[in-house]
Amino acid sequence: MKIQSAETSAGAPALDEMPNRPTKMKGRNVNVFYGAKQALYAIDLDIYKNQVTALIGPSGCGKSTFLRCLNRMNDTIDICQVTGDIRLDGEDIYGPNIDVVELRARVGMVFQKPNPFPKSIYENVAYGPRIHGLVKGKADMDALVERSLRNAALWEEAKDRLHEAGTGLSGGQQQRLCIARAIAVSPEVILMDEPCSALDPIATAKVEELIDELRENYTIVIVTHSMQQAARVSQRTAMFHLGELVEVGDTKTIFTNPSEKRTQDYITGRYG
Amino acid sequence: MVQSSHTVTAFEEDMKFLAHKIAEMGGLAERMVENAIRALIKSDLQLAQKTIADDAQLDEAQALLDEKVVLIIAQRQPMASDLREVFSTIRIAADLERVGDLAKNIAKRVVAISERGHSVNLARGIEHLGDLALAQMKEVLDAFGSRSVTRINMIRDRDDEIDAMYTSLFRELLTYMMEDPRNITTCTHLLFCAKNIERIGDHATNIAESVYYIVTGKHLAADRPKEDKTHRIVIGEADG
Repeated sequence: MKIQSAETSAGAPALDEMPNRPTKMKGRNVNVFYGAKQALYAIDLDIYKNQVTALIGPSGCGKSTFLRCLNRMNDTIDICQVTGDIRLDGEDIYGPNIDVVELRARVGMVFQKPNPFPKSIYENVAYGPRIHGLVKGKADMDALVERSLRNAALWEEAKDRLHEAGTGLSGGQQQRLCIARAIAVSPEVILMDEPCSALDPIATAKVEELIDELRENYTIVIVTHSMQQAARVSQRTAMFHLGELVEVGDTKTIFTNPSEKRTQDYITGRYG
Repeated sequence: MVQSSHTVTAFEEDMKFLAHKIAEMGGLAERMVENAIRALIKSDLQLAQKTIADDAQLDEAQALLDEKVVLIIAQRQPMASDLREVFSTIRIAADLERVGDLAKNIAKRVVAISERGHSVNLARGIEHLGDLALAQMKEVLDAFGSRSVTRINMIRDRDDEIDAMYTSLFRELLTYMMEDPRNITTCTHLLFCAKNIERIGDHATNIAESVYYIVTGKHLAADRPKEDKTHRIVIGEADG
């Protein structure tokens, strides 16, 4: 049931290999099915280390589905079947020796709606490291919580109320708490599924500023509906449409001079 | 890339407004240049006055376009081809506004020149230079209207012709000045007129480059030999 259009049959979009950039994750011929319905068609996409890759495209284009393949979040959906090859540092993440819990610690995730645990701010951050057995002793845990909150640009606002409920924070603070929680387990890749769509412009600006800082130590993949956000925070942009990867390339080029008409139509607001 | 319409019709209207306004400014600027040169050749003071007065319309149109562009950026955050178009609109409007200023400057000199009269030969040189610049203006405005880049390189090359023509006119005027000091006032004014026309050609080239950017998203290589070579001319040389 592969959709054949003039554009795709002319050849899959060229992978813009950047040989100087180390590849952190590599997807090849990734297909996803929800039951009989195919959601992704033969996606080839590289995620480069210490870069922000933005996945854009209209609703239902498969960008979130692809994102969720990268840490096997789709496993939680019974009818979902993933084929193809996805590698993290060369290792097949769907291979038999992969511990999914460990994988999700290495490839963390931040969701659209801030979803702190109904626990204290401190516990929200400490929970992951504790269950993964990453720290011993209270002093180490205190230091890790502080470091994570600092890296998530939340420490100054939260240091005097660490033992208050995380859910008592504002929306933007909650989202940064979720980012702190994600980075507390020292992930290598952070996946963000529309992390700012529930935030006001100021909170959005803080999260975007944070994303730019996090890039130094982490590899980030972000799904966003905001073209401006993709243009601001990412270095590479991948455009999805109807389950296909239409185009991937340098963000600067995609937003000023895309090569594919479908990309052009989507980012200029011409897509019907 | 064939463009379909924006989903938001008001955005579509905004973009059409920009293109329409640029075409309008272009037509006006072209007419001003034409009138200024004709006024100069025919010593037509009335036409010169009209040209001077017309400049206000061009300034007004540019101010309106600037305002509209700022609003579009604030409201629509244009991307890709729209972004290039909006950005280039500001540049092209500024070029056209300058063309108007240059035409106005020529028109202003008509009074001083007509008082003293000028030889037909000199007028013929300026007329020819003006024809070249006007042809350039027409080409670039057509290229903008049709979003076509097929003739862009030719337009750029032809600017060299204008530059060469201007240089030869410069020498000629210098010669007349040395022949008879009573020619100096007229020739100096004519020299400025020639320089203004040469500058109009440069603005036409700028617009051609903007059109190229709108259509292709790429910048033309800047290595074009574009030069007013008169800075090297010395009297002894012109004399010889």
